[in-house]
Amino acid sequence: MMIDIGIIAAKAFLVLFMVLNLAGVLGWIERKGSALIQDRIGANRASIFGFAGMGLVNTLIADPIKFLTKEDFIPPKGDRFLHTLAPCLALFPALVTFAVIPFGDVLVVAGREIVLQVANVNIGILYIFAMASLSVYGIVIGAWASNNKFSLLGGVRGAAQMVSYEIAMGLSVLGVLMIFGTLELQEIVRAQGGLLGGWLPAWGIFLQPVAFLLFFTAAVAETKRIPFDLPEGESELVAGYHVEYSGAKFLMFFTGEFAEIVTAGALVTTLFFGGWQVPYLMRDGFHLPWGGTLLLPHLVVVLLQVGAFAVKVIFFCWVQILLRWTLPRFRYDQVMRLGWKMLLPVALLNVVVTAVWIVLGERASLRP
Amino acid sequence: MTLFIILAVLTVVSSLLVIFQRNVVHSAVALVAALFFIAVLFLTLDAPMIGILQVLVYAGAIMVLFLFVIMLLNPAALEPRQIPWWTLGSAAALLLVFLLMPALLNTVAPRQAAPAGPGFGSPELLGQTLFGSFVLPFEIASVLLLVAIIGAVVLAKKES
Repeated sequence: MMIDIGIIAAKAFLVLFMVLNLAGVLGWIERKGSALIQDRIGANRASIFGFAGMGLVNTLIADPIKFLTKEDFIPPKGDRFLHTLAPCLALFPALVTFAVIPFGDVLVVAGREIVLQVANVNIGILYIFAMASLSVYGIVIGAWASNNKFSLLGGVRGAAQMVSYEIAMGLSVLGVLMIFGTLELQEIVRAQGGLLGGWLPAWGIFLQPVAFLLFFTAAVAETKRIPFDLPEGESELVAGYHVEYSGAKFLMFFTGEFAEIVTAGALVTTLFFGGWQVPYLMRDGFHLPWGGTLLLPHLVVVLLQVGAFAVKVIFFCWVQILLRWTLPRFRYDQVMRLGWKMLLPVALLNVVVTAVWIVLGERASLRP
Repeated sequence: MTLFIILAVLTVVSSLLVIFQRNVVHSAVALVAALFFIAVLFLTLDAPMIGILQVLVYAGAIMVLFLFVIMLLNPAALEPRQIPWWTLGSAAALLLVFLLMPALLNTVAPRQAAPAGPGFGSPELLGQTLFGSFVLPFEIASVLLLVAIIGAVVLAKKES
């Protein structure tokens, strides 16, 4: 009993630790990556005894200290309580969504099976959508509590945008759920371990390419980053919903945004790129389709799978940062048109086509 | 049991805050909290699907639209005014309590809760029930929603 609780606590700690650290490192990657893209040098001011570490000292040590020691400003005519509550509401959903995302298969230690996932619930994907739908409140309440026209406009934009893209996101996932026939994320990942036509990994991207494009677009829109950063829109709204935030509270908004990037990357990996699956890696080692096997010990297999998951997640985080520094910002009416008049109908069509495909497939397999 | 009492107290307190707050936005936030706690109550009752849908639909979507509308309209204009017929309102509420009393008094709470069937609260069972024995009410509800949407579009078109 105690050991079980200890294992769950350890898993929760590990996941939170990894997500928060990855969020911090992404801050550095974003600064150095944007510098790389724009042919600049990027953060290089802070150093410890002459060691600047490619700006690592700057973003990982100097920036947090600066944020935490800055004055915490609350607008005098704003709402003190809600102004303080909002950053917590922004950070909370971004951190708890990771509880149902599997980061590995079963680890067997001393005869005890440990599922590498914090909480295995039978409605995993719905839980993620529920938490994502709560993440709007941080923005809306923060914007209102600031008592500032710019932040209020940002909050209204954010609310409308996130509610709109949630629908496209939910409908795009529906096709994937129909193919795998479960809401459980661990089961979805296991189902992607098969092979199509004997050699192609049965990843979601090959079964539902349209759903992948729709989901990724909607996920980027949900993180409110360029090209969907209308709620912030520096050139129009100064900084949008967090214009009246400083110090640690701003850091919480910022961390929440990066944690959302990590979550979006992990979800794309889980649903469309096989999660922790490595192509041709079974429980006991590699089985190549063109013959040849390489047997590996259990621990190595598990480590390879967890490593594969981490590499895929980091890759999709990098893709999101690349998008942010490549594309210009949409106009607000364009954002709404894309969400309601393009993504939504295509997602609906995808559901219908998938349903027909599944029924025809069942008919074909039932035929004697 | 302790968990239930804690959740019940939290739900009731946040529901009371919805009514007694002067500020509309505070009321809305308290309502979100109340809905969230009800969702957690569903989780403790072995109905995770209903609990999550409660968060997804009520706390996550409908209340966001509430807040959206409150923010678009000026909250100061929605300050509660002295409503002249509050006596009438309380009389109506008392009458309702009076009418409900016999039903409440005649209800006997079962000592032993009926055991939940296998797969209770699972998405599979919920889907089969919705599209099996309750398919007609389900479809009628969806038609009702469609009518509401069309009505909203018609009203919005008339304005411009």
